[in-house]
Amino acid sequence: MFEKIFFLLCLSTALAEQLCRPEASDGYRVRLSIKTALGDEAYVWNDNEMFLFRATLAFAMRNQISGQEFEVSNIIVCDETPRVSFWFVVTSPQNTSQLVDKESVEEAVRKSRNRINSAFLLTDKTLEFIGIPPTLAAPVNPDTPPWLIVFGLVMGAVGAGIIVLLASSVVQKKRKNDEKPDDEEIDEETRVKTVENSAASEGIYNRSFSDDERFTHM
Amino acid sequence: MRLVLPNPGLDLRIPNYEDLNRMDKEEANDRPKWDNKAQYILTCVGFCIGLGNVWRFPYLCQSHGGGAFLIPYLILLVLEGMPLLLLEFAIGQRLRKGSVGVWRAISPYLTGIGIASMLVSFLVGLYYNTLIAWIMWYLFNSFQSPLPWSQCPLNDNGTEFVPECQQSSTIDYYFYRVTLNSSASIADSGGIHWPIVVCLLAAWTVVAICCIRGISTSGKAVYVTAILPYIVLGIFLIRGLTLKGALSGIKFLFTPDVDELVKPTTWLDAGAQVFYAFSIAWGGLISFSSYNPVHNNCMQDAVILTAITGFTSVYAATVTYSIIGFRATEKYDGCISENIMTLLNAFGLPEDNITASNYETELNHLNSSYPDTVLGLDIKTCDMHKLLSEGVEGTGLAFIVFTEAITKMPGSPAWSVLFFIMLLCLGISTLFGNIEGVVVPLKDLNMFPKKWPQEALTGTTCVVAFIISILFAQQSGLYWVTLFDNFAGSVPLLTIGLFELIAVVHIYGIDRFNEDLEFMIGHKPSIFWQISWRFISPLIILVILVFYLVTQAQEELTYLVWDPNSVEFPTLASVPYPSWINAVIFFLAGVPSLAVPVYALYRLIFSCCRKKKCIQKKNEPNL
Repeated sequence: MFEKIFFLLCLSTALAEQLCRPEASDGYRVRLSIKTALGDEAYVWNDNEMFLFRATLAFAMRNQISGQEFEVSNIIVCDETPRVSFWFVVTSPQNTSQLVDKESVEEAVRKSRNRINSAFLLTDKTLEFIGIPPTLAAPVNPDTPPWLIVFGLVMGAVGAGIIVLLASSVVQKKRKNDEKPDDEEIDEETRVKTVENSAASEGIYNRSFSDDERFTHM
Repeated sequence: MRLVLPNPGLDLRIPNYEDLNRMDKEEANDRPKWDNKAQYILTCVGFCIGLGNVWRFPYLCQSHGGGAFLIPYLILLVLEGMPLLLLEFAIGQRLRKGSVGVWRAISPYLTGIGIASMLVSFLVGLYYNTLIAWIMWYLFNSFQSPLPWSQCPLNDNGTEFVPECQQSSTIDYYFYRVTLNSSASIADSGGIHWPIVVCLLAAWTVVAICCIRGISTSGKAVYVTAILPYIVLGIFLIRGLTLKGALSGIKFLFTPDVDELVKPTTWLDAGAQVFYAFSIAWGGLISFSSYNPVHNNCMQDAVILTAITGFTSVYAATVTYSIIGFRATEKYDGCISENIMTLLNAFGLPEDNITASNYETELNHLNSSYPDTVLGLDIKTCDMHKLLSEGVEGTGLAFIVFTEAITKMPGSPAWSVLFFIMLLCLGISTLFGNIEGVVVPLKDLNMFPKKWPQEALTGTTCVVAFIISILFAQQSGLYWVTLFDNFAGSVPLLTIGLFELIAVVHIYGIDRFNEDLEFMIGHKPSIFWQISWRFISPLIILVILVFYLVTQAQEELTYLVWDPNSVEFPTLASVPYPSWINAVIFFLAGVPSLAVPVYALYRLIFSCCRKKKCIQKKNEPNL
């Protein structure tokens, strides 16, 4: 009897090994980078962690294919490396020598990726399923682009400034116009006086000075 | 050399010393004045210190021998820049007019110099404000976290990033595609990219409101725009020095390579940089000096401005390279980590086996044991030197290198806002001088009706400039900006500077000029100034001009394009210009340079015709 049990055990392991090969058509390679993700708080990868992985994957398969009760024994793992990477295949619970097809496994992993990641405190980058690209996070796109808001503020401030400046210059002009009739009489007198003075001294009339006035009058 | 060309009627065209003293005391005329000396100095500092100090000087310094480049730079600063600066300050203060008025007063045949200055100021102002518009776009977009240039958009399926972004990087994609929507060649205009039009509108309205009443408004704005960049540079210096790898950048910048001093290109580049750094020949400095009181010590001002410019260049270079060192170190570390991961994954080794410290030894060990596998992995060589020297000039520095470095700093939006506000202030304060150099000559040339107030003049100029600068809002706008940068702001300035020196020394008369300076500041300029005005500065400018023309004529003109379909993508591809670009280059560089002789010729013909008519009229009554 012991011989029979022994024989069956050997057979099942042999079968399992045949089902799980690296580069098998229905399996995926998994790679974990625990030290990169967790640094000092990294846990050691041992058989218990492997058991958790197989259980999580069985959970993912159960979510994907309703009705079939996947067990830990349905997830077969091989080719472990010290890197912490290994190959796994999923066998069907109804027929343990038949593998579940690649697409279903991919779907299952995709759906439950978040749960699998959080079981191991890892992220999409540090728990890689080679061949199953993670769904990328969409870039943050606010409804009103913030630059329009800032632009509106700046233009509003500038526009208000322009209106204030123009209004103040108009007001200044009005004040000047009121004062002008008085100034013009005073100017007339001084001009008469300067003409008389210059006629007396007979200096060279510096044309450029009067030209200057015309050009820079604001 | 005391060769002075005959210049009849000079005394009639310029105010004499009694008039100047009278004008100073009366303060009666309507010419604008500075509120105080600090405003004048800050405006000149703001005008001289522009974007070029941040993104051109550090690149030149690093590529021409690091610390050794400071030697030709400082020497030429003193021999070439300072004399020209004092020349422009003194002539403006003495003749009390803008650039056209000053040259017309010296001799009506020389009005062409003023017209050339105005054209150059206008053309440079067009593309300069486009840079300001791009800076504003980045500034407006900095008020969000995460920064928009740190993420790639997804493609339609949602499975992958957009291929253009995937192949290059998020920063490149954001600048070339999202901001500019660059086409693949300058000939392919592609239509107007409206976010840039909006930013151009913002840029021109900000400039218009600051300059709307001339120096009475811009003089107030300059307190902020001239001082803020120094404060921000200080903040970035402190932040930069606390980042990992900053010191490697500074070391890279200042490591002297004395062999570079022997090469003539180093001296030529230093000379050209000094010339552009001082904003000489734009006409703005002459205008600003003409608002000074007559006895203002312009010699002291020239020396102070030179010292400030030299100090700021070195200061900005230090800050820039500390940030560049940080970015290069981050990229280098990332490159090494990636290679380590590749090796670990390929050989199935546990994660701790290869770290950054034993990477080299382990790589050699694996390469010797399994050379084929290692070769098949296609491991990239991580070259710190290459990372430190990539993309560090011009727009590439501000919009690609610096923005990438900022995304890696904690609290990125705040740093981004600070950085772009600093660039904005640097650019706008230069534009004040620019607008002054365009509006005042237009006024002196009677291009505007006399009744128009100052506000209308500035407003019209800004509106016209905005409409023309929509050219740069096209999808090929980046290539037009580079074209303008290379040709409108290079040869014309050198020729105008040369003509200015010749005009003052030989047509106005260096003796008269010395007497003017004695009248204004109380003592004649020393032998240093005499030698530099007469021999050294014109010689240096002539040499630079000749070498520049010779090298440009020999090379085939090419430019860099962003072409996703090219083989070298994401590196910019070097493509030759289309043939019609030669006409544009002639317009940009040739027309301002030739304005001087052409106008003199036109004036000669005009006065000859008038003399003939006068003689005819004199003879007629006798008949």
